[in-house]
Amino acid sequence: MVDNIVEHSVIVVDAPPRRRAGNGRLRHLTKVWRNKPAFLSMVVLVVVGLLSVVAPVLPIPGPNTRDLRVRLLPPSMEHPFGTDHQGRDVLSRTLHGGRISITVSLVAVLLAAVVGGVLGLLSGFFTSVDNLIMRLTDVQLSFPSIMLAIAIVAAIGPSIVNLVIVLAVSGWVDYARVVRAEVLSLRERDFSEAARALGCSEARIAFRHILPNVTTSIVILATLQAARFMLQEAGLSFLGLGVPPDVASWGGMLSEAQQQIFIAWWPALFPGLAISIIVLSINIFGDWLGEALDSRAN
Amino acid sequence: MSLAGITVMVFMILHLSGDPTSLMLPLEATPEDVERFRHIMGFDRPLISQYLDFLRGIVAGDFGESFRYRSPAMSVVLERVPATAILTGGALLVTLLVAIPLGVLAAVKKDSVWDRVATVLALVGQAVPGFFLAIMMIYVFAVRLSLVPTYGFSGWRSLILPSITLGLYSAAALTRLLRANLSEVLRQDYIRTATAKGVTRRIMVIRHGMRNAFLPVLTLLGIQVGVLLGGSVITETVFAWPGLGRLMIQAVLNRDYPVVQAAVFFTAIVFLVINFLIDLLYSVLDPRIRYQ
Repeated sequence: MVDNIVEHSVIVVDAPPRRRAGNGRLRHLTKVWRNKPAFLSMVVLVVVGLLSVVAPVLPIPGPNTRDLRVRLLPPSMEHPFGTDHQGRDVLSRTLHGGRISITVSLVAVLLAAVVGGVLGLLSGFFTSVDNLIMRLTDVQLSFPSIMLAIAIVAAIGPSIVNLVIVLAVSGWVDYARVVRAEVLSLRERDFSEAARALGCSEARIAFRHILPNVTTSIVILATLQAARFMLQEAGLSFLGLGVPPDVASWGGMLSEAQQQIFIAWWPALFPGLAISIIVLSINIFGDWLGEALDSRAN
Repeated sequence: MSLAGITVMVFMILHLSGDPTSLMLPLEATPEDVERFRHIMGFDRPLISQYLDFLRGIVAGDFGESFRYRSPAMSVVLERVPATAILTGGALLVTLLVAIPLGVLAAVKKDSVWDRVATVLALVGQAVPGFFLAIMMIYVFAVRLSLVPTYGFSGWRSLILPSITLGLYSAAALTRLLRANLSEVLRQDYIRTATAKGVTRRIMVIRHGMRNAFLPVLTLLGIQVGVLLGGSVITETVFAWPGLGRLMIQAVLNRDYPVVQAAVFFTAIVFLVINFLIDLLYSVLDPRIRYQ
């Protein structure tokens, strides 16, 4: 009986308690306003997010409303970002392009994180699959990721769904590696031993005890990856291998704008600035998030 | 091991879509045509024996004939290599010329103007997509100021904008890493010892600092070669540069699969070889690392 109590108290002390960790995390996150660049980035991201959500109901022309009488008009009151070579409103297309870009990267990040996270967890827990999964990551890392993307698009053809798949396939490796490394150390920690001693199955230990402890790393990775995916999405769409040309996307807009660069700069400037500002904001915010969550861990 | 993985992947490019016949023949092909074509190409045989044939071809450097150029795919690819090599070299030069002085200055003079320039460059360089920068530079320097050609490959002037476009991202990444590493190294005890001995600051930074800060930089440089090879696809497309990357995109859009396969394979091999060479360089730079 006495032994039992002692052992139990060990468990409580050693296991990073999830509730408290959650509160600690929140406490750090509310400090975001103390870091000006990070706070500004967050504001930018929130505003951009809201704008792209409400884009369809804003009083602006539709992204595909063509009017050849107003081709390549410079920015004005009526068209704040000007119009493109088909007389479409650049502001509207930039906002709608943002919807596509944000949706594609978020879904792809989610997919990559879930697949990579689960495979990393399996890899860290079961030596039987570890070798296979890690060799797979080796092969993939020995390959520039855009080459992989091009190869996959070459095989399955360009479309929005395929774009998500391509990005997720190129991104799962990051999670698998990081999660595996953390699992390998966490599963040897005393709280895992304790759970095992209490009779938990390996699967329960993996999902109930280990997984909550790797979420911090996953969140940090996911933030920075979202920025990278946006750049890759724009790049692939620019090459004609991503979003189909009839849908407004930043990469596609820039590709068309390049043909007009001798006559007009505005169809290129605004979508390009949009990508740059958002990616910059995500990177700054992501760096801050990493530090904030890390300081909790230490 | 990686090599085997690469061959499987390159092989799968053609077969991931199910039946490659439907990709290669026009829609109006009759079922008999399809059958005959499938038989000629060997697509009616088991995948594994097709793969073994494919491997045999690779060993001989034979990826089949380009559908578009009517010549062996590998020679179509090799023709484009010099242009890409020149571009990558230019980009690497830009990367090193920007990153090394800026990274060192930022680390040595912390919180100075240079430090701030380095920080801003690192952030902006990693956020601005290369093709956007390229289009804007074309507008300013080629269209407005007519200082350089807008596109194509004609003399050293035409190399300037593509090299900057391609090198910027790597320059940003490298500056950031070099600054972090060097300022870490400069805090070490042996640096203080060297200072106490009266070593001048210049020699100290170059001989004691750089040598120790450079190893992680070299690792990053290996990764950046992959970034450059990948980035060349976009840069070459923007500037209509007659290199491997543009060939690859055109081949994908034209469904010229042998060329896609040969190009992807070639790039992967180059990437592998360069990273292997960098591994070897480690032991030269750091005598503590010795390979068995």
